[in-house]
Amino acid sequence: MFLINCPYCGEREQVEFSCGGEAHIERPKNPSDLTDDQWADYLFMRKNIKGVQFERWNHINGCRRWFNVARNTATDEILKVYNIGESAPSISGNNPTTPSGEPVIGSGNLSSSFEKK
Amino acid sequence: MHTKPKKYSVFSLIKNALSYHENWQPAWRSPDPKKEYDAIIVGGGGHGLTTAYYLAKNHGLTNIAVIEKGWIGGGNTGRNTTIIRSNYLWDQSAALYEHALKLWEGMSQELNYNVMFSQRGVMNVAHTLHDVRELKRRWHANRLNDIDCEWLNTAQVKEFCPIINTSPHIRYPVLGATLQRRAGTARHDAVAWGYARGADAMGVDIIQNCEVTNINISNGHVSGIETSKGTINSKKIGIVAAGHSSVIGSMVGIRLPLESRPLQALVSEPVKPIIDTVVMSNTIHAYVSQSDKGELVIGAGTDGYTSYSQRGGFNIVEDTISAVVELFPLFSRMKMLRHWGGIVDICPDASPIVSKTHINGLYFNCGWGTGGFKATPGSGWVFAHTIANDEPHELNAPFTINRFSSGELVDEHGAAAVAH
Repeated sequence: MFLINCPYCGEREQVEFSCGGEAHIERPKNPSDLTDDQWADYLFMRKNIKGVQFERWNHINGCRRWFNVARNTATDEILKVYNIGESAPSISGNNPTTPSGEPVIGSGNLSSSFEKK
Repeated sequence: MHTKPKKYSVFSLIKNALSYHENWQPAWRSPDPKKEYDAIIVGGGGHGLTTAYYLAKNHGLTNIAVIEKGWIGGGNTGRNTTIIRSNYLWDQSAALYEHALKLWEGMSQELNYNVMFSQRGVMNVAHTLHDVRELKRRWHANRLNDIDCEWLNTAQVKEFCPIINTSPHIRYPVLGATLQRRAGTARHDAVAWGYARGADAMGVDIIQNCEVTNINISNGHVSGIETSKGTINSKKIGIVAAGHSSVIGSMVGIRLPLESRPLQALVSEPVKPIIDTVVMSNTIHAYVSQSDKGELVIGAGTDGYTSYSQRGGFNIVEDTISAVVELFPLFSRMKMLRHWGGIVDICPDASPIVSKTHINGLYFNCGWGTGGFKATPGSGWVFAHTIANDEPHELNAPFTINRFSSGELVDEHGAAAVAH
C-alpha cells in the first residue's frame, strides 16, 4: 500500500492504479526470425528485481493514462515517475546490500535476523 | 558427533514430564557448513526440507546441506493458510497434487511427528452459473483422475456447513459447491520441523542464517555457492527459494518467468469450534477455515504488483473480509488478531517449475505461487528424484522450464480453486 504520484492527476492511492509490469520490454522488430526460446524470453521471462525496478503503471480509476515508475521492490518506495517513451533513469536507491537481504529501512520483513538493526 | 534422535512417544512424553520437560534433545542440529557436499539445497522452507529428506531417504544421498537465509519454515511455509487438496483440473497437476496428498496421509506416522493433518474436507463454492459450470467440469475431471470429489447443491452445502449464508438474496448467492472430503489442513510449522528432524536424523546438515550471495560455475557445471558463511562446494545445487528464485537465477544469468508478489492472510481472535471444514470461493475471493487453536484462518488475494516487502495493501484485506462476512454474517463482529504477507513467485500459467536448467548440476523448484503448501511432500519427492537422477520424475516432467518455449503450458489459472 503506497501512494503514486500520477503525472497527470497528482498523488493518489495505489489502489486507483493498475501495474502493467516490467517496463522497457521491446517488441521484437523481426518476429518471423525469432526462435521459440527468444519468443519465450520476450513473452514470459521477467527480471523480477529485488531493488530498483522500472515498471509501467496505468491510472485505471483516474485519467487512464500510462506512465513509467522507478520503484524499489524491497521497500515499495517510489523513486521516480517518468513518461512512456523515456529511457530508464539511472537510480540506485536504497538497494539491499546483499542479493536476498533486506534493506536497512522500509522492509516489511524486519523479523529476519539478517541485517536486523 | 551425530546422535540419533530419540523417538517421540507417549513414554518419552511421560519420561520428560517427570523432569519438567527440561531434557528434550533438540529436534535437529545446527552444524557449521562443511567445505563440500554431494548436494546443496538452497532454501529451508517446506519444499527444500522435503527435497533434502527424500534425497536422503529415497536416493541414499545423505551428505547434503540445506542453506537457509533466515530460519527454517520462516518464509511462506509459516505464512500460508495450510489448505491441502488435490482437486486440480488438468491431468498433469492432478497427478502431482494427488501424489502429494497421498504422502500427507501417511506423513505423521512416517516422520514420527504430529503434523496435525486433518482431512476435514475442502468445499469450493459456486456463486454464478459460470462458477457452476466450471466447478462441475472440475468435478468430472477429478472423477476421471480417480480423485474424490462430490457436487453439493445449495441444500447440501447448508447441511455440510450450517453456518454458511445460503440466502438467495445476497449479491453472490450459494448455488452449489464441490467437496473433496480427503482434503483438509495441517499444522504448517510442524511440517517444516518434522521434515527437518527427519532429514537431520539421516545426516543432512541444516544451516540457518546463511544467505547465498553467488553461485560458482566452471565449464558449464556448478561448482559451489558463496554464502555469508563462506564458500561451500557441490556438484549438484537445487534452488527452492520461492519468492527469491529470480534473485538467485539472476546470479547465473537464468531468466525465469516469475513475478514475486505479496499474498496476505489473517487470523481472528480464537473462538470455540464453529466451522469444521475449509470453505473457498473463487468468485468473491475468500477462503476460511478454523485452526485447532480456534482462530479463523482467512486467506486474501495477491496484490497487483511485484514486491519483496512481505506486506500488501489494506484494500486487499478489506475485499476479502467483506466477502467472508457476506458468506458468514455471524463473523461480522469478530476481531482480527494478526495479519501478514508472504512473497509468492507466480508463473504465467500458475503452475510450478520443477526443472533442470541449461547449467549442469543446477536445478530449480519454483513458481508454486499461491498454492505451494499442499504440494510440500510431493514437490520434494519429485525434485529429489530430478536432482539425484539428473532426469525429471514422470510427475514433474510436464513442469520443465522449457514449456514456455514449447508452448505446453499447464494453465491452471481459474482452474485452481482460487484465482489470484
